[in-house]
Amino acid sequence: MKTLPTKNVVIIGATSAIAKQVAKKYADSNNQLYLVARNQEQLNIIAQDCQVRTDQGVNTFIADLTDRTQINKMFEDIQDKLSSIDVLLVAHGTLPDQKNCEQDVDQTLRAIAENGLSVINILTIAANILEKQKSGNIAVISSVAGMRGRQSNYVYGCAKSMVSTFLQGLRNRLHKSGVYVTDIKPGFVDTPMTAHIEKKGALWASSEQVGQIIVESIQKNKQTVYAPFFWRYIMLIITSVPEFIFKKLSL
Amino acid sequence: MTNSTMKTSSIKTSTIKTSTIKPSTIKSWGNYPSAETEQFFARYIVDVRKHILSNDELIARGQARSYGDSSHANTTLNTTHLNQYINFDQHSGLLTCFAGTTLENILNTFVPKGWTLIITPGTKYVTVAGAIASDVHGKNHHIQGCFSQCIQQITLMLANGELIECSPVKNTELFQATCSGMGLTGVIISATIKLQKTKTSYFSQDTIKAKNIEQALKIFEQKQDSDYHVAWIDCLATGDQLGRSIVMCAKTANKQQLKLHKSAKLNVPMFMPNLTMNRFSIAAFNALYFNKAKDNQNQIVHYESFYYPLDGLKNWNRLYGKNGFVQYQFVVPKQNGLEALTLILEKISNSKQGSCLTVLKELGPENENYLSFPIKGYTLALDFKVSPTIWGLLDELDELVLKYGGKIYLCKDARMSEQTFKQCYPNWTKLQKVREKFGSLQKFNSNQSNRLGLHP
Repeated sequence: MKTLPTKNVVIIGATSAIAKQVAKKYADSNNQLYLVARNQEQLNIIAQDCQVRTDQGVNTFIADLTDRTQINKMFEDIQDKLSSIDVLLVAHGTLPDQKNCEQDVDQTLRAIAENGLSVINILTIAANILEKQKSGNIAVISSVAGMRGRQSNYVYGCAKSMVSTFLQGLRNRLHKSGVYVTDIKPGFVDTPMTAHIEKKGALWASSEQVGQIIVESIQKNKQTVYAPFFWRYIMLIITSVPEFIFKKLSL
Repeated sequence: MTNSTMKTSSIKTSTIKTSTIKPSTIKSWGNYPSAETEQFFARYIVDVRKHILSNDELIARGQARSYGDSSHANTTLNTTHLNQYINFDQHSGLLTCFAGTTLENILNTFVPKGWTLIITPGTKYVTVAGAIASDVHGKNHHIQGCFSQCIQQITLMLANGELIECSPVKNTELFQATCSGMGLTGVIISATIKLQKTKTSYFSQDTIKAKNIEQALKIFEQKQDSDYHVAWIDCLATGDQLGRSIVMCAKTANKQQLKLHKSAKLNVPMFMPNLTMNRFSIAAFNALYFNKAKDNQNQIVHYESFYYPLDGLKNWNRLYGKNGFVQYQFVVPKQNGLEALTLILEKISNSKQGSCLTVLKELGPENENYLSFPIKGYTLALDFKVSPTIWGLLDELDELVLKYGGKIYLCKDARMSEQTFKQCYPNWTKLQKVREKFGSLQKFNSNQSNRLGLHP
């Protein structure tokens, strides 16, 4: 892998289980990293890990991504430290409690800000940088939850669906500039945060597997990627159920 | 928080709260026994501390590659997500990493950079902490010793949540209790391991067929200076052929190429029917394997096929069926070793309960660690499919092993009696003293340690 040219890889939300795996893989193949997260201590651990793996630099930036000024500062810093952005992975997100959201407008809007608006804020700025440099990959972890609204998580789902639609448009716009836009939709992933759910059956993937899929998809300039692939067919079924039946289901 | 979390919770059910953890059934590599446990996952050091302080008793659990109940308890703390590197010194080859890092992780990162493990067990899917806690050994034990030999320092979390460092020169007794201590001294948080520089991923291997056990031991004797050696043994052969073996000796190859292993292509996708491994299929496999092998010299083989032949078949433990198997690994002193092995092999071949994957190896001198397995002598590892008839046989084997002054390996054990254990490992009293001194006695216990009478 060392023979490949070194890339500058920016990972936003770098302390999430999947993003960590992606960071490790890019570091193992000796790329320069720029990692962004909210928690300094947790970010240092993954940055330290990457620094053992790569001979190139590992930069870190702490930001609250719902704050526009912090995002602006982050991009200033990125352009300061990196000559180009070859790969941008946006992986941050939060888990809103659907039931609480239903009773609380603030929580609902915060969930949409964290999972939707902040991503769009980042992408709006990043798109112009990559469009100008006429190269690079943008990859965003969205969700299969954004493909059909369900009573159990439509607040989160609508934020992700907004992101996916935005990505479609961005892909269309950036095509002529040679910038690739990848929408990654993972299924059930075995992470510390899902440790409380019994993992039975073949639907579960490890964060390492999903990380590998993301790295490969970016390398192959893919457009929409289900991780693992079979979620494409599961979602095909879920999105094909007629609404008059779907509305009666407790999904 | 990961995106996956959200989907999962939302698709499965919206009522699950992260604070409540349902007891789940766990098994380890032998699929025997199973245990009900409340399993917590640690992502950061603070999580380890939180769970140590908020539970009366617990045991750490990694990749669950020990065979029996060493990592089973009512409360378990999974450390597999605690798997980052902390530092690497390119001059000394010292790697400091969190304890849940696997040997596979280390090979993946460091082989392309020209570094490799000095000591590795027969699978790369173990965590560093697990390798320390079992003080594992490899095919070069007669020269390099146990895994603890390449450990420079361990950071351990004690029952009161404090971090403590131990090494061969600092808190020595805690180090000797922790290396081979089966997790009973505390939760290993991180360790510093010495890696060695290498220019090749290959070994130069000699294969020699031995007609019987006596000849096999003679070959070991002649090949004392080879860096690595191991033998596969047909434990169902009888009479003049008792213990017929294929001895493999190796040294680092001259071929200068650093090539990483590939991920396993073959998989056992589900538990095989319980009858898959029966005396006829095993005898046929063993005969075929023995007759197919040819004497061979200076064959160039990759580390994957030399170190980890079984890693190539994912989930091979499922071959033994849902009820699982017990791996019985013992060592007998070199003196009278032939006599002991002959008696034991006779007993096994008469019982017709032999296994496919029987491994024979000569071990080097013992170390100072309290529950470390190897002593200067011969070790044999046998798989027995769980069935009502094996327990009596294993008890009889215990007696023979004890009679010859041998030991039974704790990380494979699922059934040894307290009495046998205490006779095999007289240093258990030293372990208990250290555990008492550092407050570990009440806090860190497994189903195995309870069975072996290490509970206060």
